[in-house]
Amino acid sequence: MVDTIRVEKGVTASAPPPPRKRRWRREWLPYILLIPAVLLELLIHIIPMLAGVAISFLKLTELYLSNWRAAPFAGASNYAVAVNFNSAIGQALLHSFTVTIVYTAIVLAVSWTFGMAAAVFTQRAFRGRGVIRTIFLVPYALPVFASVITWNFMLQRDTGMVNQLLLDLHLVHSRAFWLIGQNSFYSLVVVAIWRSWPFAFLILTAGMQSIPTDLYEAAALDGSGALGQVRHVTLPLLRPVNRVLLLVLFLWTFNDFSVPFTLFGSAPPSQADIISIHIYENSFVSWNFGTGSAMSVLLLLFLLLVTVIYLAAGRRGERHA
Amino acid sequence: MRPTKLSTLALAAALAAVPLAACGSSSGTSSAAHPTLTYWATNQGTSLQNDRQVLSPQIAKFTKQTGIKVNFEVIPWTTVLNQITAATVSGKGPDVLNIGNTWSPSLQATGALVQFTPSVMSQIGGSSRFLAGSLSATGAPGKPPTAVPLYSLAYGLYYNKAMFAAAGISSPPTTWAELITDGKKLTTSSHWGLSIEGGSVAENIHMAFELSQQQGGQFFDAAGKPTFDTPQNVAAVKQMMDFIQTDKITNPSDAQYSKGTEALVDYATGKTAMVIWQAASGSLKQLGMNAANIGVAPVPLPSPMPSGGKTVTSMVAGINMAVFKNTKNMSAALKFVKFMTSTPEQESLNGTYGSLPTVSAAYSDPVFHTSAVTTFRSILTSSAAPMPPVAQESAFETSVGTAIIHLYASAATGKAVTNSMIAQALSQAQQQLGG
Repeated sequence: MVDTIRVEKGVTASAPPPPRKRRWRREWLPYILLIPAVLLELLIHIIPMLAGVAISFLKLTELYLSNWRAAPFAGASNYAVAVNFNSAIGQALLHSFTVTIVYTAIVLAVSWTFGMAAAVFTQRAFRGRGVIRTIFLVPYALPVFASVITWNFMLQRDTGMVNQLLLDLHLVHSRAFWLIGQNSFYSLVVVAIWRSWPFAFLILTAGMQSIPTDLYEAAALDGSGALGQVRHVTLPLLRPVNRVLLLVLFLWTFNDFSVPFTLFGSAPPSQADIISIHIYENSFVSWNFGTGSAMSVLLLLFLLLVTVIYLAAGRRGERHA
Repeated sequence: MRPTKLSTLALAAALAAVPLAACGSSSGTSSAAHPTLTYWATNQGTSLQNDRQVLSPQIAKFTKQTGIKVNFEVIPWTTVLNQITAATVSGKGPDVLNIGNTWSPSLQATGALVQFTPSVMSQIGGSSRFLAGSLSATGAPGKPPTAVPLYSLAYGLYYNKAMFAAAGISSPPTTWAELITDGKKLTTSSHWGLSIEGGSVAENIHMAFELSQQQGGQFFDAAGKPTFDTPQNVAAVKQMMDFIQTDKITNPSDAQYSKGTEALVDYATGKTAMVIWQAASGSLKQLGMNAANIGVAPVPLPSPMPSGGKTVTSMVAGINMAVFKNTKNMSAALKFVKFMTSTPEQESLNGTYGSLPTVSAAYSDPVFHTSAVTTFRSILTSSAAPMPPVAQESAFETSVGTAIIHLYASAATGKAVTNSMIAQALSQAQQQLGG
């Protein structure tokens, strides 16, 4: 939208100056049109977020649930509890944070690699390409609950399809637990990758549409093979797309609530204790919503910090390029 | 320009970071002539659908009698406490709701429920109609109750008579040592000795409480301060773990059972010979179990009793009915409570669910003269203890119940659960309560 306005300005610069009323309308119209969006943004994002920040400074326990405005001021004590890594609460938060970082790193790396490979594979037209692309997108198109609850059924120990298949193929001799113990982490990673790689595929496929085919032809003439073309043409030209894709995938994976909650319920195994559920569970376990909010605010600050550093690094990289 | 766009996008994504539990609730509409009430029922039958089938005709009867419509919703146990909490915070909830009776002191402390003062109590027919034992679990002592008892329940040991006979066992176990010996005889290639609902917070905490009482332990001291990691409580939890890891009379898969019905289904379908469960004759009938095979006995006791141990075989279980303070239809809501606790409704509902009536008049119905009901009634009157009546009760249930879920998971996946692991888990649960 910003682009269009600038172009219009460029065109009208040489024309006679418009009447004052029209100029006023042109200058203010965009802002007026923005008002509903800004109001909704305030209502849906900013105000609840500020309320969350405010709650993090309150001692909001069961005694004040029905009248939470009367909850006493707690200062920074909720934060002190959350970051006291010698206490059970702080230790559990740190453990959950570490699990989430490892989980996010694996899901991000594998989803992107799968997405990229599939996008390159379907870049050139061939018979059945549309069908394959559609199949690839299915996990992303399915509702989270419906698909993840199916995984939950498949991963059951006694009645699940996964164990049955492994037994039938004689790959294992006894039924393993997939939803508790160490395996629960791998189950979560697999389900999360299954859900998020099609998104990487979709965005990368869209990004590749704008790469002119003559660049590949030129690269081929220069002696580049298929891998060389990906390395010298596709990846550099996808750079802006990748920058946003990785950031969005990171934020989504790190914050994901629906997948682990549907897979494990409200008491996830400690090996797969993802931070969003950990915070939720903490608020509802102790009925001390102040601590839960303080943890949420810390998480928000961490994600903002990562985002700012990532964008700054990306910008510097762009300047050097 | 691109960085600005990117920053905006990233900021928007980051803002969505704070996890928020979206909780919807509805409230009854107010119309003087024909108000519509909203009622949250809990899952008492074999499924939510089963509950709807049981409640619909009764509610239709109420509407016919009074002209008051009732929109009801059956809420699964996994989410009911969170939904009530959300309704309490937002002030927007149902007019009438069911609560687990053990949560009464916690929910009383929130101030979100109507107090049943003597004048309110007289509007629903007076407190003398109710059984004293059931009425004792409706709030903290010395304060006006914020709920009235709807269904009374107690834990018993359900055993399969046919399987016992086939294994040459003539009577149900009365001590834990006997239960383990019997359980080993009953664990064969086709079925297990005892099933447990290892992934359920509620089942875990109830059993831990009962076994702790038998060991002479307590989870809160007289001043109301948490005392989770005492040796008695550790011994109680260890006993639960040993069913899987040492005695091997329980299928390790039971550690995953969390729906609140799976262990009972295993018992009803012959996959296990015993289950420790709240009065469930209604559900067992629904599940198609042959009534001739159903046996009920009190939960076993240790022998010899540990010093200070109490002969408790059940917690005082049950469901209470409460009125949300923000209701706009107070008089209609109280009429509905009066209807649900009336003698004919108590006979009909408890008869269907297999639970015990909370009003004494209902016991004249022959439905409640069966041996199972007599057993449960005697457990409730002679060997049942109420859960700790402290405001932190529901937090205690969730934190300790969840800790036991994780311990069961360790035991099931082959990681031996030791006393020190249990003590550490209980101590962490205690810290979550700020104790």
